[in-house]
Amino acid sequence: MEVIVASAVGVLTSGGVYLMLRLRTFPVILGLTLLSYAVNVFLFSSGRFAIDQSPILSPYGEASYTDPLPQALVLTAIVISFGMTAVLVMVGLGAYLEADDDRIDLDRPGADAPGKDTAQ
Amino acid sequence: MNHWIIAPVVLPALLAPLIAFVMRHDISLARAASVAGSLALAAIAVGLTILAAGGETHLYRLGDWPAPFGIVLVLDRLSALMVLLTAILALIVVTHAIATGWDARGRHFHALFQFQLMGICGAFLTGDIFNLFVFFEILLIASYGLMIHSGGRERMRAGLQYVVINLAGSTLFLFALGTLYASTGTLNIADLAVRVAQIPAEEAALVRVAAILLMIVFAVKAALFPVQFWLPATYSNAPAPVAALFAIMTKVGAYAILRIHTVAFGPGVAGTEGLPGTWLFPAALVTIAVGAFGVLGARRLMPLIAFSAVGSMGTLLVAVAAFSPEATAAALYYIVHSTFAAAALFLVADLVLTRRGGDALVSVPATVQNGLFAALFFAAAIAMAGMPPLSGFLGKLLILDALRDPGEMAWAWSVILIGSLLTIVGFARAGSTLFWKSTAAGVPASSEKADVAPAGPAEIAPVMATVAVLAALAVFAGPVSLYLEGTTTQLFDRAGYISSVLGPDAEG
Repeated sequence: MEVIVASAVGVLTSGGVYLMLRLRTFPVILGLTLLSYAVNVFLFSSGRFAIDQSPILSPYGEASYTDPLPQALVLTAIVISFGMTAVLVMVGLGAYLEADDDRIDLDRPGADAPGKDTAQ
Repeated sequence: MNHWIIAPVVLPALLAPLIAFVMRHDISLARAASVAGSLALAAIAVGLTILAAGGETHLYRLGDWPAPFGIVLVLDRLSALMVLLTAILALIVVTHAIATGWDARGRHFHALFQFQLMGICGAFLTGDIFNLFVFFEILLIASYGLMIHSGGRERMRAGLQYVVINLAGSTLFLFALGTLYASTGTLNIADLAVRVAQIPAEEAALVRVAAILLMIVFAVKAALFPVQFWLPATYSNAPAPVAALFAIMTKVGAYAILRIHTVAFGPGVAGTEGLPGTWLFPAALVTIAVGAFGVLGARRLMPLIAFSAVGSMGTLLVAVAAFSPEATAAALYYIVHSTFAAAALFLVADLVLTRRGGDALVSVPATVQNGLFAALFFAAAIAMAGMPPLSGFLGKLLILDALRDPGEMAWAWSVILIGSLLTIVGFARAGSTLFWKSTAAGVPASSEKADVAPAGPAEIAPVMATVAVLAALAVFAGPVSLYLEGTTTQLFDRAGYISSVLGPDAEG
């Protein structure tokens, strides 16, 4: 179990970092999504693994339990990363429509781009 | 339990959706609500500062759950000071945005503005590190909207970069929190301080990893080298009033380093002793150099100001990196000063640039009120560069005075002083190109001049107020630094913080 989770986090993270270093918007968004999956799995594992256990303390006897806090953290992280990805897609779309180009790097300073409106 | 402690979070949180959904079609109603909200926030912040001035640490338990299990807000002098700083800056920025009409150039400026205030105040008040993450996300998501306010090609592309770098930072934050929770089993800052202190040095490898990961995350926010590269592009392409508000956002990163790395990983903790300062100090020195060279090499006014903000963050973090009470008191003074100095520069730049063709540093014929703008720019620039008589000089003096440790004195003094010199040269060059050479360039034909409206009193007032705050900070430097010394004593009193959050029984 540890090996599966650890390698899943590793593979997702490396894939995410690789895609994030691309120069186009779409691979970067995919890369950040992969990274957020990686971090969700990682947060799950931060509460130690307890297979087939309920996340609540049992008042009846010595039944062991799995830590419920990481699950709450993961839920928050999922909601936030979902919302952030939506914002990122919208901003990326806006930038693409404005610039007719989905490169993620800026124009070099000094090279005057057409339609520049920094004076506003 | 004093319920006013949560008011700086609840008030903007209630006001923002009201502005977004009820007042979306009526800009004057939204303006009135936003100004009223900022005024109320300022009043609450003053009240909280008076409440905290006694030196007691006030605790607000959400849902009345006891501390390590529920989420708490903690009000001490430091968080009250930062909330007050935010509220005053917000009032100035919202006045400027309304007077110059920036808020009407896109939709939902005021709603996003209030959400941003909610996130910033929450980040300053929270006593729980996962809650800090949530408030970071709130202030970031509002700042994404503000950053691309009114659109435009360059701004959208710079905004996209800004969103990407901050999402990467958030992911790193979560990795750090997971590591921290796995190794300590808590996310409450006070409880964290207790648990981390109990871990012996040879078993603290994971905690050290988490401490450094957290520092990288806060460094992204604070624009520390090598993760400072997003700031110049963001600030120079953001709308000017938004850039002025963002002056407090870098301070959120500095505050988080101060709070977390002093209370949880700070001096006296075996596992992470000396670790934050070791890495922070050289990085901050390089940040000063990056800022100074950027100011010297900038060809446009907005990047020049943005680079000067990077340099001031470097100076601030050099003082933070010492993690000693004297240096931290100096750093707090510099936090207040550099926030207003950067805001003043962005606001005066906005007034100048809207009356010029572009923000390139070339001399074009002077338009209206050249002398007034030159004087305001001069005042803000000497504050930022650290020249007397404004507070920048005193701030840098306090920092230099606090860094007398032989190991760091030579580096810190030479880098800060040479960096200041380069900044002065850069600002002098920019100011003379913008204001003096343009006077020499001759009087433009009257037809060109006709469409440039002079700035009215409402547009000048926010800049004047900012410069007045800087002057007041210099005049009342004695009482202010006395207060900040008390703030620092409270910050470094780890046992006091822990016992007021967890109850008197917790061992610190």
